[in-house]
Order: sequence, then C-alpha cells, then structure tokens
Amino acid sequence: MLTAENPLPAPVRAEILALAAQELYPRGASVAALRLVQARFGWVSTTHLREVADLLGMSADDLDGVATYFNLLFRRPVGRHVIMLCDSVSCWIMGREPLCAHLCRKLGIRPGETTADNAITLLPTVCIGHCDHAPAMLVDNALHGDVDTAILDHLIDTLRDMP
Amino acid sequence: MTPPSERPLTAMIDPATGPPDCAAYEHAGGWQATRKALSSLAPAEIIDMVTRSKLRGRGGAGFGTGQKWSFVPKEPATDRRKYLIANADEMEPGTFKDRLLLEGNPLQLIEGMILAAYGVQAGHGIIFLRGEYDLACTRLHRAIGEARQQGWLGGNILGSGFSFDIHVHSSAGRYICGEETALLTALEGRRATPRSKPPFPQTGGLWGAPSVVNNVETLCNLPHIIANGPEWFAGLGLGEDGGTKIYGVSGRVAKPGAWELPIGTPLRQIIEEYAGGMRSGYRLRALLPGGASTAFLDAAAIDVAMDYGSVEKAGSRLGTGMAIILDDRTCPIGMIRNLEHFFAQESCGWCTPCRDGLPWVERLLDAIEDGTGQDEDMDQLARHARMLGAPGRTFCAHAPGAMAPLVSGLKLFAADFAAHIQQGRCPLQAGA
Repeated sequence: MLTAENPLPAPVRAEILALAAQELYPRGASVAALRLVQARFGWVSTTHLREVADLLGMSADDLDGVATYFNLLFRRPVGRHVIMLCDSVSCWIMGREPLCAHLCRKLGIRPGETTADNAITLLPTVCIGHCDHAPAMLVDNALHGDVDTAILDHLIDTLRDMP
Repeated sequence: MTPPSERPLTAMIDPATGPPDCAAYEHAGGWQATRKALSSLAPAEIIDMVTRSKLRGRGGAGFGTGQKWSFVPKEPATDRRKYLIANADEMEPGTFKDRLLLEGNPLQLIEGMILAAYGVQAGHGIIFLRGEYDLACTRLHRAIGEARQQGWLGGNILGSGFSFDIHVHSSAGRYICGEETALLTALEGRRATPRSKPPFPQTGGLWGAPSVVNNVETLCNLPHIIANGPEWFAGLGLGEDGGTKIYGVSGRVAKPGAWELPIGTPLRQIIEEYAGGMRSGYRLRALLPGGASTAFLDAAAIDVAMDYGSVEKAGSRLGTGMAIILDDRTCPIGMIRNLEHFFAQESCGWCTPCRDGLPWVERLLDAIEDGTGQDEDMDQLARHARMLGAPGRTFCAHAPGAMAPLVSGLKLFAADFAAHIQQGRCPLQAGA
C-alpha cells in the first residue's frame, strides 16, 4: 500500500528526476515535485520531503522552506476531500462568514480541521478569482460559485459517499 | 475586409463553445501578427510599435510596456539566454480578468508571448500560473501542444530562424509571487521573497539572465497591436492610454462580471450600465477601483474615468481595473479588517515592518470591529499607516499596497471608526 511514511515508489522518483531535467537547475522543479508528491499522497510527509530534496540536490530544510511557503502545499495530512472556502473581500461581502459557520456546524469541525471519518478537511483560501460568483470555493480542484447552504449540504453528502 | 474588432481581447471568447483551436483562431484573424512580425518586422520595430501604441502594463503598476522592454540587452536570442514570462499569478482579491483570457482564448496569450519574445529576442517562455487555476492549466497545456505541433512554437518558427517555446509553471498559491522579482525567486525553486533592485529583471532576472515579466492581459493585446497598428490601438482608448481594458465589478451589484471596454470608460458607466447598478435595497457607499491594494474612492467619485492618470488624480490607482463595491449595509471596518487579514497572511515575512506591522494592524482592527477598541487604537492605526504606507520603509510594495485601503478608509470612514469605539460594538453586520 502507498503511504506517506514509506519511501517514494520508483516511478514517482523517475517523474521527479524528469521534472528536474527540464529545468536549467534541478531546484527549479521544487514546487512541481512537491505538487506531484501531494497529488499522489494527499500531502507531503517529512519522509517524502527528504527524498525529494535529495533528488533535487537541496537540503531538506531548504526545500521545507519552499513547502511551508505555499498555501496549496500541505505538510500535514488532510481528509479525502478538501473544501477551500474563499475568505477574501468580495466573498466576505457576499456572506462567506455565515456559510463558513454553517459548514463548521454540519461537519463538526473548525477551519483547518478534518472530520473524524477523514472525509473532509475545511480550509480558508485567499481570493480564487471567481468574485463575480461570490461566495466561491474550491472543492479538491473544482471551482464552485454562488454558493449557498443548500449547495453546501448537498456537497457534504456527495463527498462523504465518494472514495 | 471587415474592420478590426473594437473589443479585440474578447472577440474570440465564447464560454458556450470553449476556446478556439489553431484553425478557428486563424480563421478569426489569429496568427496574422506572427506572420507579419516574423516575415517583415525587425525586433526593434516591434518594441517601437508597442511603445507608440501607448500600452501600459495591465497587472496593476501601469508601466509602459515598450519602455519596460527597452531595457533588455539587444543580443539576438541565439546569442544569449533570455526569458519572456507571462505573469498569470492573478491573486489580487477582487480580480478575475486574466482567468477569462486564459480560459477563453489561450492561443491569444501564446501569440502575444511569441511577439513579445521576438521583440526582446527571448528564446524561452514561461507562463507563471497560479495553482488554483485548474481549467486554465488544462487549456494552456492543450493549446501549447497544438501550437507546437503546428509549428507556431519550437525551433525556427515559420522558417524565420527565430526559436521560442513555452513552459507552464503551476505555482502553489502565494500572493507575493505576483510581484515580479518574487515570481523569479519562485521559479528558481526558492522561498519566494522579493529581490532588491538593481539588478532589474530585464538585465539580471531568472537564473541571472535577462527576463521580461508581463501580465497576461498586457501580452494578449500584442497580436492586435501588431496586426492592426499602434495608431489604431492607441485610438481605442478614450483618454491618454491606449487600447481596451477588461473591467470588472464584484459586490452587491445586480450583475457582477467583467467586460472589455475602451480604457478610460467612466466608472459610473461600468457600474450602472454593465453591472446593472446596485441590487435592490442597497446603496453604493464606496469602492476599491482596482483590487484590494487600491485606495477607497467615495461614491461621489464614480464619474472618474478609469485610466491610470484619472484614477490617480482621484486619489487611488487603476490597479487591475476590477472594482470591489462597498454597499451601505456592509461594515467598512469589517471590510478593511478582511483586507488587512489577507495582507498580513500573505506577507512573505522577509522584512520586519511588514511581517510584524501587518498582523498588528489586523489585531487593532479586530478589536475595533469586535467592540473592544480604544481611542488609542486609532493613533496606533494612523501611525502604522504612516510607517508602512510610505514606499522605501519596507522591502517591496506589499505593505504600501496593504495600507492604501486603510489610509483612505481612516479618512472616509472616520465616523464609523468612532461609532464602533463609542458603542463598543459594530453597528452593522456583514453578510446580513
């Protein structure tokens, strides 16, 4: 089984080396490599971070500086699905606070936490460029606009049923 | 022959059909500019045409595009590694114009990049795309693949001897990467803090090589300037600036959205005619004309022409041209708190005034909005606004940008601040 605590599988290592080979210097692939690991494992564990650093010829601390810098790179495990509810200005004006409170109540968690069944992690996110359809959110990679409580309730049920 | 469209940027964008492929793009007038440039124009002529078109950078700073390019060393691309980078890290809160161009017509951006790269003789192209723009990413990859297959990208384009290709860098979400030197640092796989200038990117940019960073909307204008001429482009604007601009409105208006209009269109027309005015039951109180880092304009100022000079004269900045509306039932202090939360969180942490000052500002605003603010807090806010707002006291423009809505808000909403402190509560609630 693939877990974040086992070494990276050989094909993933090969993909990272291929990314590095496209760059003038290997470290130019650091974000792409971290995103690749996260796409496979859901987050970037310290075991994997060290391996990636090694493949790119960087120190683990140097790469961790990159990994912890970006909003979309997770250095802690997340649930099977991640809801990122925009908390920037247009969405705030259009009522994202009551929606966030509704989500927290329904899920029994606070922003930054994962449900006990490991189905859903709720995170705030900065403006996702969908302000003409505020309030907006990203669910995994999919964009949703004009969000209301009915949409959220339906979404939660759907996500819980999905693998 | 049909005259060129007065809405050149969006002429081929139709959400119902998706973006045009190479053939549809060519049929609608695409690739003309590339043929013309590579067969009959010298790189210096491209730069000259763009300068004469009065195109100014659409990312927010408004620097003349031709002038920006003029600082790049002139060696041919074959003799020196140079980069042309499209800044598609659209993260200014309230801004959604580049998404429209990226998703709606990626080939237009690709052609704009070819022309810019030919002008500055750069052989390497990079699109720095924000990580959240998933659909744009898919469409860009498809368009680049097709353009490469048909010979518009790659070695010896159209037999001209000019070679250029494009790589998409998907970022992972960080506002400061939109600042061009932080963007370069990010591309080098480092923690993306801004760099000190000089050297300027045009002489010492990515991996030390000459690099030009242009906003997506800026680049998308180039095919039209080269195909139809700089005088035609300059004539599209209503005032001193050339071309059209994608304007947008969000907040409690009847029809939030984005529209391509002549640059210099009055803000009143954008809000009342295109955005349909305020929703019923709401009045326009104030607005940010061009994203989170622009100063508030009072409702009385909405006759301002939306060009760089006019908005500056009115006391703000055109910025991205995407207006955020404050209505009379939304708390202005709550709105400023939301903005400062964003800036505090997105501070890269490199320099102390920004790293420590912005969270302090946020906490002061928290207290005032939550009803525990004191009179002294207003002095502290004013002091921070002075210290962080003036350019030169912080490493980059992040903190001065963050202070723009605060400084203007302290003046415009003085009575609201006082009411919060006196009453010990927020007289209004957001999202009500």
